[in-house]
Amino acid sequence: MSKNIIQHINKIFDHRIRLGIMSILMVNDYAEFNTLKELLGATDGNLASHIKALEKAEFIIIEKQFIGKKPNTRYSASTLGKAEFKKHLQALEKLIKQ
Amino acid sequence: MTQQDYLKDLSEIKDLMNKSSRFISLSGLSGILAGTYALIGAAIAYWLVTTYSNGVLILDGWIFRSCLLTLVLVAAFSIITGILLTTRKAKKQGTKIWDSTSKRLVLNFIIPLVVGGLYILIILSQGKYGQSGGLMLIFYGLALVNASKYSIGDIRYLGYIQIFLGLIGAWQPGFGFWLWVLGFGVMHIIYGSWMHFKYDIK
Repeated sequence: MSKNIIQHINKIFDHRIRLGIMSILMVNDYAEFNTLKELLGATDGNLASHIKALEKAEFIIIEKQFIGKKPNTRYSASTLGKAEFKKHLQALEKLIKQ
Repeated sequence: MTQQDYLKDLSEIKDLMNKSSRFISLSGLSGILAGTYALIGAAIAYWLVTTYSNGVLILDGWIFRSCLLTLVLVAAFSIITGILLTTRKAKKQGTKIWDSTSKRLVLNFIIPLVVGGLYILIILSQGKYGQSGGLMLIFYGLALVNASKYSIGDIRYLGYIQIFLGLIGAWQPGFGFWLWVLGFGVMHIIYGSWMHFKYDIK
């Protein structure tokens, strides 16, 4: 039983910043880089590297566009990312109840 | 990882979900004051109508216009108080007053309210003013329910109460005034006090 739960604990979410990015994107349609930075209290480089890791796993979608002449990047959670994060949450909850 | 770590993870997730999607710096005190303004406004309107007319309101008479002006003043004072006290609370908590969460809150609150306001003005211009008390309550209640997704979730229940009172008011227009007093006055004070003790005093 407990082995089964550990399987659902996703290694990719095993970091505060990545967990944070996913939490924010679960309840918001999208978020901008600066919003994530402010909410998580992370540095540019640190946040960027964790975003890259989540993008590589195809858990988040990056959308680049221009608002006027300013480049603007939006992040949103993919369907896969949302499903995996939900599994991760359920596993966490089960582990606590044990 | 230990059980303690998992627990910390979960509470951090919950905290971030709330912080990123809800504007929670609403001040309970502003609810109490809005209710007080509503009671004062209602008392003025009641006094005007009972002293200067024999229970009949004429739509273009000065009494009706004074009542309408009182209503506008009550709304204006409530909004100004709400903005001031909420700004103060947000500053104290170190959160921004005008960010994506508060913008979303205001937008979702204002849509049912503006639609309701226009609708009431239209039926007033058709001389059907018996429904206006109930309609104000209904649209205000809908605005609260709609906005509750983006703020302190508890305001949803205040919304349900206002809608319920509004429907009674629509069904029994004779009680419209007293239901308005109950909804905008008494309920605001009760709810504001509850919010104040639950969230502000910590």
